[in-house]
Amino acid sequence: MLEQQFQSKIDNEIKIEPKDWMPEAYRKTLLRQISQHAHSEVVGMLPEGNWITRAPSLKRKAVLLAKVQDEAGHGLYLYSAAETLGFSRDQMIHDLLTGKAKYSSIFNYPTLSWSDIGAIGWLVDGAAIMNQVMLCRTSYGPYARAMVRICKEESFHQRQGFEILLTLSQGTEAQKAMCQDSINRWWWPSLMMFGPKDSESTHSDQSTKWKIKRKSNDQLRQEFVDMIAEQVKILGMTLPDPDLKWNESRGHYDFGEINWEEFWNVVKGNGPCNKQRLEARNKAHEEGRWVREAAIAYAQKKAERTKNQAA
Amino acid sequence: MNEYLFEYVVHLADDALILGHRNSEWCGHGPVLEQDIAITNISLDLIGQARNFFQYAAEIKGGDTTEDSLAYLRDVREFRNCLLVEQQNGDWGKTILRQFFMSNYQQLLYSRLENSFDRQIAAICEKALKEVTYHLKWSSEWVIRLGDGTDESHARMINAIDELWTYTGELFIPAGYEAKALESGLAPDITALKNDWLNRVALVFEEAKLPVPTAGFAQTGGKQGMHTEYLGYILAEMQYLQRTYPASKW
Repeated sequence: MLEQQFQSKIDNEIKIEPKDWMPEAYRKTLLRQISQHAHSEVVGMLPEGNWITRAPSLKRKAVLLAKVQDEAGHGLYLYSAAETLGFSRDQMIHDLLTGKAKYSSIFNYPTLSWSDIGAIGWLVDGAAIMNQVMLCRTSYGPYARAMVRICKEESFHQRQGFEILLTLSQGTEAQKAMCQDSINRWWWPSLMMFGPKDSESTHSDQSTKWKIKRKSNDQLRQEFVDMIAEQVKILGMTLPDPDLKWNESRGHYDFGEINWEEFWNVVKGNGPCNKQRLEARNKAHEEGRWVREAAIAYAQKKAERTKNQAA
Repeated sequence: MNEYLFEYVVHLADDALILGHRNSEWCGHGPVLEQDIAITNISLDLIGQARNFFQYAAEIKGGDTTEDSLAYLRDVREFRNCLLVEQQNGDWGKTILRQFFMSNYQQLLYSRLENSFDRQIAAICEKALKEVTYHLKWSSEWVIRLGDGTDESHARMINAIDELWTYTGELFIPAGYEAKALESGLAPDITALKNDWLNRVALVFEEAKLPVPTAGFAQTGGKQGMHTEYLGYILAEMQYLQRTYPASKW
């Protein structure tokens, strides 16, 4: 009965709110997805943060700082949205630091050159936006609202990424080569961001029925390929896929097979930077422990003093 | 070109840039997400101030000088920032204390400079003063929180004072361009800012239950281009792309 009411709300496009009854599996699915998303924002600060101190101009430095700061803000909104499902931020962070919770595998690839910052903005944020635009209409209210705010900022991120590459593509031969190299390295991992093929995806059917997801992995991936295949022409660069070709009858670009072995390897922890990313988060957490403890101790002392003064 | 004016503006820019750069090293590594955002925001403010000062300095210098040629193509001995801002971040306590010392100074300085007859400097400082006032408030609160927090945080703050105090005296010893700026009426007498600065330190330290050090020896030289060894590494990192790929647009 409850389950039927719940499903009929969803079917009628009524948002589910934190106090509404929901099936345990719906709550768990969302919690897993939102906390993963939050962790991705926070871990995603690392590969880009890697270039803040080396950004090539003051303007680029300022824009990159603002961008990475936005990611931290997105992490905050998302942790708050996940907390409405009854799991504390401390618990979520604990799960991240111990390797129990996942984050987007894309951040396990290294940023080796400045143009990687452009490629991340254009391709990685571009892929994320396809997913996030869809999630603005997801069935869980707090998640959908967080996404609306995030999407506004993400589209600025994608533009700044593209603009970095556009500048490089019009620069010296060395800059052009740098630009092409980044596209070559980030293209396939970006396609992997949409997850396994629909035929292999374990969570997809139920998520679609609950309108957590509104488009399938393969649908979103195709939309992304169609968009990027056009934009790359403006850069005068190429995508590293010999099978990429416009298919008149489908009205879409055909593209080559993703290396799924690599995909699963990175998911399982064997990506080039999995260890370093978790180490960096753990280090920040450990080194910040005394700061957090001091802040709590001070707040308690202050509260007690106020109480004593009142008494 | 007005040599002392150029150097004066560059020293303001260098202080903001190097402190902003140091703070930016925290981005993604802060003790808690909210404070990661806060320190990054302060970094962003300081880089913004540096850009305004550099753009003005480039205008004074003329030719093909730009904000970026000043930031990315000068070497250690040409930088005019004080020694305090180039010191390593250390732990969160040391970063906080460095920020508190510098914001305290910048707040006093900018609140005079916003009345300078030089309209560009006045306008930049008027805008920056709002930011710096917030930096001072934020860092003061943290000094108090850490000083009066746990035994460990208190001990770490004592250690930070021990490491940084020696670099605070330089702030109030005029370099040549500061003396000339005072003479021409462009800038205030920085030696006269010291009392206000010390009073504020005493006020915040008292609440933080931290001792105010007695005078002690002042390390100097940064403002004349005699830096600690740290600055070379900051520049090596910061200037790497501009140096490796010269004459490129980014």
